[in-house]
Amino acid sequence: MKKTSTSVLPAGGALGDEPLLAVDDLHVEFVTRQGVVKAVNGVSYSLNPGETLAVLGESGSGKSVTAQAIMGILDMPPARIPRGEVRFRGTDLLRLPEDARSQVRGQRVAMIFQDALSALNPVFTVGSQIGEMFRVHRGASRRDAEKKAVELMDRVRIPGARQRVHDYPHQFSGGMRQRIMIAMSIALDPEVLIADEPTTALDVTVQAQIMELLAELQRESNMGLILITHDLGVVADVADKIAVMYGGRIVENALVHDIYRAPAHPYTKGLLDSIPRVDQKGQELYAIKGMPPNLLAMPSGCAFHPRCPYRQDNCVTEAPPLYEIGPTRSSACHYWREVLDGSHG
Amino acid sequence: MAATGEPILEVRDLVKHFPLNQGIIMRKQIGAIKAVDGVSFDLRRGETLGIVGESGCGKSTLAKLLMALERPTSGSVKINGREIAQARGGELKRVRRNIQMVMQDPYTSLNPRMTVGDIIGEPYEIHQEVAPKGDRRRKVQELLEVVGLNPDHINRYPHQFSGGQRQRIGIARGLALQPEIIVCDEPVSALDVSIQAQVINLLERLQNEFDLAYIFIAHDLSVVRHISDRVGVMYLGKMVELGKDTEIYDRPAHPYTQALLSAVPVPDPDGRERRERIILQGDPPSPANPPSGCRFRTRCWKAQEICAEQEPLLQIRPGTAHASACHFAETHDVVHV
Repeated sequence: MKKTSTSVLPAGGALGDEPLLAVDDLHVEFVTRQGVVKAVNGVSYSLNPGETLAVLGESGSGKSVTAQAIMGILDMPPARIPRGEVRFRGTDLLRLPEDARSQVRGQRVAMIFQDALSALNPVFTVGSQIGEMFRVHRGASRRDAEKKAVELMDRVRIPGARQRVHDYPHQFSGGMRQRIMIAMSIALDPEVLIADEPTTALDVTVQAQIMELLAELQRESNMGLILITHDLGVVADVADKIAVMYGGRIVENALVHDIYRAPAHPYTKGLLDSIPRVDQKGQELYAIKGMPPNLLAMPSGCAFHPRCPYRQDNCVTEAPPLYEIGPTRSSACHYWREVLDGSHG
Repeated sequence: MAATGEPILEVRDLVKHFPLNQGIIMRKQIGAIKAVDGVSFDLRRGETLGIVGESGCGKSTLAKLLMALERPTSGSVKINGREIAQARGGELKRVRRNIQMVMQDPYTSLNPRMTVGDIIGEPYEIHQEVAPKGDRRRKVQELLEVVGLNPDHINRYPHQFSGGQRQRIGIARGLALQPEIIVCDEPVSALDVSIQAQVINLLERLQNEFDLAYIFIAHDLSVVRHISDRVGVMYLGKMVELGKDTEIYDRPAHPYTQALLSAVPVPDPDGRERRERIILQGDPPSPANPPSGCRFRTRCWKAQEICAEQEPLLQIRPGTAHASACHFAETHDVVHV
């Protein structure tokens, strides 16, 4: 099998060769007083219409920074993007001038955030915040914008939308606020929706409601969804394919069924093994030893080597490329064969 | 871990209402948040009781009541037969030695200006009889070792540790007075996924070593299942179902428990299209103005007239082997968490 440093899963065919959204060899750095933090180190992934890509990773893995780079909402400086491309329908967004970029942002590529309370403005009514999308991007009048806002609140199933359009964010529960965020993000029928931990702050029963809503909206409009999360359960429920991130890199790329059946990277395997399972009751849980890497002092070679049970000498010195290990799979581990065999056994 | 003998913690009809006041000069009470409204259970030595429920169901208020950090409106909490809810002064201090707490957020529950040694050793300042002054440093170092930290790091500050290590410091502080009961309020939910298993293993090892009883409050149902001997499910200030872990997870009888379990995403994509899922409509009602009768009836698909008129008690019902608070309790295997 051939070695390659950038692996893109095959396109679904709807757009020919070019996927709807393609991130290619993206690097993001932050200049801090302690030095340059390499938050994203050569990340590549792609998304097709109607598809759900889950980006899985822990805090500091670079999953949210990648999303912010796609949206163009990084503060630059301190951030900078020394290399890489973000192609939307074949156009590199990173090279676009700001006015063209803002035509894409929110209209064609939209985003929802984890914490809906701090993402909404507390001093404006939810109706005016949803309607703002139409006033700014479509030049709608206040009255039309409000009418549209009510329609959208109905669409995300907020009960009594007509009465509640004049309420403020604090008058809604956490789940309803997340629905308002979703209403704003789908207002202009985007082709790509990036959801950054959309349900992390919510209870499980509300989480189930929100995930169901997102799936329905996706079916209606065939948009591509990038779901950023650390929850292996949510991923298994909704994703078509997965990119696992660790220390600013993608360490494994696969279709959802493949990765849960047999992970090909020791980190993915460790995460799956540490989920408490019914038959392990009373036994010690498998735990990945050590702790996530410090981005200011990344380990040499493979960033996962200090915690890895498959480590050999060359892992300390030689960073593994993202090996293509199948038509829809890749793994950044020198010993992916052993990991894969161990997963089957 | 098998629980044996007499209960060391007995909770009976525990109620906590927070008054809602209006007016600045002429303050008058206009209502009350019924955070905990009649909760009863026992905890035996060496046992883990998991408490699950969604935000606002009163599980954290319950933890504070057990620790006597809040005074109950009514009801009783007994530790080894001694009442803690009404205890004052020296009596309260003595009872409290036996029940300690591990907090949710290891970033805000440790004082950033104190060294680790001072944080873990602070309980000895209050309970000087446990460790004489000259002996404290050694005791703290022993505790650091017990929770898997380097004893030489006794003079470091919290910011020099990672989240998982800070939670270990919090656990060491909880162990300092050799309590019999530890209340863990969401002890792993602020930690990274790869670190959670480490802390859960540590808690289980300590339980075996010191014969601890845990009240384990969490919203992650698979973690609760792994660590608990018994599980209580709370909804809007009430315990709606209480039983052995296998009974709650494999044969839940209360509709809310069934909905809660079915909502948990299963980390296995195979068969996800066929999975049965009960999606509750709307949000939980306000605890200031809970529905009459059964509090879950406004979101329940089984609700009938009797549910609005008569409050179902937490008791063993026909066809089930554990207590549930539903007029129409019926076991139903939903999903395997």
